Amino acid sequence: MSDSVKDKVIAIIAEQAVLEPSEVAMDATLEDLGIDSLGLVEAVFAIEETFDVQVPFNANDPADSDFDITNVSSMVTAVEGLVAAKG
Amino acid sequence: MRRVVITGQGAINALGRSVGETLNAMQNGVCGIGPLDLRDVDRLSVQIGGQVKNYDPESLFTRQELTLYDKFTQFALIAAQEAFDQSGLEITDALATRAGAVLGTGGAGLETLDSNYRAVYEEQKNRVHPFVVPRLMANSAASNVSMTYNLQGPTFTVATACASSNHAMGQAFQMIRTGMTDVMLTGGSESMLVFGGIKAWEGLRVMSKDACRPFSKTRNGMVQGEGAAIFVFEELEHAKTRGAEILAEVIGFAMTSDASDIVTPNQDGAARAIAGALADAAIDREQVGYINAHGTGTTANDKTECAAVRQVFGAHADRLMISSTKSMHGHLIGGTGAVELLACIMALRDGIIAPTIGYEEPDPDCDLDVVPNEARDAKVDVALSNAFAFGGLNAVLALRKFN
Repeated sequence: MSDSVKDKVIAIIAEQAVLEPSEVAMDATLEDLGIDSLGLVEAVFAIEETFDVQVPFNANDPADSDFDITNVSSMVTAVEGLVAAKG
Repeated sequence: MRRVVITGQGAINALGRSVGETLNAMQNGVCGIGPLDLRDVDRLSVQIGGQVKNYDPESLFTRQELTLYDKFTQFALIAAQEAFDQSGLEITDALATRAGAVLGTGGAGLETLDSNYRAVYEEQKNRVHPFVVPRLMANSAASNVSMTYNLQGPTFTVATACASSNHAMGQAFQMIRTGMTDVMLTGGSESMLVFGGIKAWEGLRVMSKDACRPFSKTRNGMVQGEGAAIFVFEELEHAKTRGAEILAEVIGFAMTSDASDIVTPNQDGAARAIAGALADAAIDREQVGYINAHGTGTTANDKTECAAVRQVFGAHADRLMISSTKSMHGHLIGGTGAVELLACIMALRDGIIAPTIGYEEPDPDCDLDVVPNEARDAKVDVALSNAFAFGGLNAVLALRKFN
């Protein structure tokens, strides 16, 4: 289950970065991947649609949102948490 | 070049059904933003807005008129009537062809679109009302204003998102100034507070769920409003000849494009528009006493706008006042510059500066005099009104006190 969440999140991020999923490192930041604020909003939307969850994310101040966007790994962890909380 | 003055103003928005009510609310720092009352609000994650409360169109328009008027047209007609009545104009046959209407709107007939999409998609109806098109079209408000007052000259709609009204009023100003027309009804209207209109904005994730707090460190996004403001712009000698009361003079206008990003604001594009308006008005920057900010309450806009003001005004940036009345009436998108021009005229005429309410904590990135929370008495000779739209389109108007 958690592997598939991870793979799906990576696939979503890879699509925004125009990369292959294999090229997305777990410690890569959005900046490393060349994903801007619009790309991030699109990724959050894709995550919500894919997992049927609500991502606590405010584009006004992404750093202050509950959704940790430090790097790919933190986003995967956050989505795993949201999916687990859904039960 | 000919000089252009304002001889009438009208408004309807969350703060009031007239200019008097609106200005009174601004002077008292009243917040018009509250819980939204609309269909399916429980399915929205953003449930606040600057709505015109207890709005009852049946008491203002005939049934036949209402079949043709979307709410954005109704708002424009309500504001136009107040402005036109105040101006005391009589549209004679000779004046009719020298008079027009240029109005701004962002979303046009969204209520019509929303309810008819519901009908055909959700309710599976296969027939819609015959007047859906004349109701929803973006020029509906401008056309109906021209029909109501027999304005037979240049009439059209400007749609540049959040800068629509300022672009519209800039056009009206230039037409009179260059001799194309003598009288223009201008401003803008918006009625985006429908389910689809808010749902679309939710997607961008720049909306606040609790309040609009421009320039405050604690700001967390914009809040939508609705309504209209319409002005009568008139050539100075024309106004003087008929003994009209002059509310203010329009002295400059400039517009620029960032040509950079579809949503992220750009300091240079904003600064060029502000500086351009000063140059067009042929005034020194030290003459500006008040700026009605675009001030949406998003992190990016407010920070960028303050930096642009510093860039243009230098040391004078610390002596002028800048406030965002969106904190009270919300962001009227295509109608917002028009409602905000009321605050500029109030500053010039009445010497009262509308406050930025909801201000909680200073932000080092917005360290200007933002007139926090309480209106202020001040003598102002020149005021600017900023509008910076998605799409990177900036439009700034300059007004002067008329003596």
